[in-house]
Amino acid sequence: MKHFLMATGALALSLAPLHAQNFDDPEEFAKQQEQLQAEPMGPEGQPWLQHIGDGMVETADLGIEGPATVCFSNAGVNNPWRVVGYTNMTEEVENHDSIAEFIHVDAEGSDDKQIADIDDLLAGGDCDVMIVSPNTTAALTPAVERACEAMPVIVFDRGVNTDCPVTFVHPVGGYGFGIQGAEFIAENVEEGADVLMLRILPGVDVLETRYSAGRRILDEAGLNIVGAEFTDGDNAKTKSIVEDYLMRGNIDAVWMDAGATAVAAIEAFEDSGYEIPVFVGEDQQDFLRKWQDEGLTAIAPTYPTFQWRTAVIAAARVIEGEALPGPEWVLPQPAITQDNLDEYVNPAMPPLHYAMCGCEDMANYPGAWGGN
Amino acid sequence: MTDRPDTQNAKRRLPQINPVWILLAALIVAIIFMNPGFVEPTGYMNFLKRAAPLAILAAGQVYVITSGGFDLSVGSLITLVVVGSSMLTNNDPTATYWVIPVMLGIGLGVGALNGLIVCFLRVPSLIATLGMMITLNGVAFLWSGGAPRGYLPDTFRFFGRELIRDVPLVRFIPISVIVLVVVVGLFAWLMHRTNLGRHVHAIGDNPVAARLAGVAVNRVRVTAFMLSGLSGAIAGILLGGFAGVSTDVGTGYELQAITAAVLGGAQLLGGRGSVPAAVGGALALTAIFTLLNFLGLPQPVRQVVQGLILIAAVALAMHRRKQTGT
Repeated sequence: MKHFLMATGALALSLAPLHAQNFDDPEEFAKQQEQLQAEPMGPEGQPWLQHIGDGMVETADLGIEGPATVCFSNAGVNNPWRVVGYTNMTEEVENHDSIAEFIHVDAEGSDDKQIADIDDLLAGGDCDVMIVSPNTTAALTPAVERACEAMPVIVFDRGVNTDCPVTFVHPVGGYGFGIQGAEFIAENVEEGADVLMLRILPGVDVLETRYSAGRRILDEAGLNIVGAEFTDGDNAKTKSIVEDYLMRGNIDAVWMDAGATAVAAIEAFEDSGYEIPVFVGEDQQDFLRKWQDEGLTAIAPTYPTFQWRTAVIAAARVIEGEALPGPEWVLPQPAITQDNLDEYVNPAMPPLHYAMCGCEDMANYPGAWGGN
Repeated sequence: MTDRPDTQNAKRRLPQINPVWILLAALIVAIIFMNPGFVEPTGYMNFLKRAAPLAILAAGQVYVITSGGFDLSVGSLITLVVVGSSMLTNNDPTATYWVIPVMLGIGLGVGALNGLIVCFLRVPSLIATLGMMITLNGVAFLWSGGAPRGYLPDTFRFFGRELIRDVPLVRFIPISVIVLVVVVGLFAWLMHRTNLGRHVHAIGDNPVAARLAGVAVNRVRVTAFMLSGLSGAIAGILLGGFAGVSTDVGTGYELQAITAAVLGGAQLLGGRGSVPAAVGGALALTAIFTLLNFLGLPQPVRQVVQGLILIAAVALAMHRRKQTGT
């Protein structure tokens, strides 16, 4: 018992820095709640070109002449979301004559490798503009600062703790994602209803903020959270957890911080002989198809993969000397609802394709994304 | 043989039950205490369904462990089977009938390759199968392009997902539980009722003595790896059926299978191992996961408890073995 306590204590200590980071920031929550409602600026129907807020940065004085070489330091292509995003990106590069060459280095999910990658790109001297999708925020900040000294930098997806990049491209954010799903649940179940929250893993900022925002809304709506479980993004584990909860009691709604295992969670209800409750998934095709086939009461918040297009567009504007939204280029973050579900379901696309890709009008669609 | 009377005394006091069964019984009592619904068919049949892939994997792994090796490649073999099946079936329900034999063939083939590398290139099995694990992960990734491109048709998912309903006494039986009983029965028979099993024990205990006694050491070793590969393919078919396609479905299963075999009293480095006890180990391991789910402890505490229970259980098994001299 003593050893057990010691081990727990050591664990708690090691987790302390994690909690020091604030994933439940009321100000940021309120800001993102407002941004979800805001009318974005820019061309309608092309959300990857739109932006929320009116800040612009001039790039004419950066002195880049086209056509130029764009280098991209990528945190990884290690999950389906990043696979879809990276395809968006390489296809978008084809649209820009000002980008002569596009050099991609993959950090394979490692901070150390990405820091070395950026330093190698700088030492190589071939790059004119750099795009960075950081693996983690704090670790990559010094490397991005070094890159800023040598050339214009564009950061997207996760941020860095410096304002030296020309712009930081990102959708509204994790709080927004959590809010959309939880508000839908609150509107569609009775007060006091039982909600199961499924999470992938602890400690990742974008996922923690989704959870804290979702929890805040569900608590305020007076709902009963029966549990918040980590699934590791594993289908079999997700299905087992939901089966266990069904054996013990009632579930009126399922909130998820990411949709990859949503279909496995739905199957747990089907296979145990229960009605499928109110569901929060994400914009993957397998979930959207299930939703349509079974007539679910569901919503799919998105973390749009079209932001990978936007990063390339930002780089092209830097080369062409045009103004672009900054220092933060906040993209809209639409949710898929019953009203627009039919626009996004496409049986020709692979099951883990993210529907909110803004890629349907691109030249090599759907082949390049694995569709038929 | 002066200690013989003592040993016999010890045996009289402690009936010779493998401690894994005591551990399993204790865990199940605890689960029932936490959740009385477990005694209903929905409770224990779901448990068996969930444990089936790991139990089959452990039954295969125990061959390799008893023969004196490790097979670390089964986890990524599971991933390859699930991803490969989704690519090959390509949403065609009639493709199941040839895809499943192909997958079993891949399992046997990977096992044979492991065995040949260990026997003829003299690479220690830990390294050979570690290399195979990395290679197969790469193959699965290349095949799918990082994201699986198809669904598994319902005919394929039949084995891992469907139930036979309206069975008297237990109401329903999952197909995967039937697969579990058949495969484990076959593996247990091969291990404990045939010459192959005796040879596997012999080469794990003392390969030189076994060779001098006329055992075809290489052939037996390759067969052990092939059976482990076959169990990996079957586990993959069940897991794909249970939960559908994902690219990391097999992650961690190799270590769980080894843990299950050791919980069942198999001796690392060879010479001793039992298929039924390894299956008991797999059930106990699954029971630990289920119990911790039911307790509703936070994740980090759960991991600490899980690790400590495992170490304690194996320590207990070793202690009992020393006492009983078995």
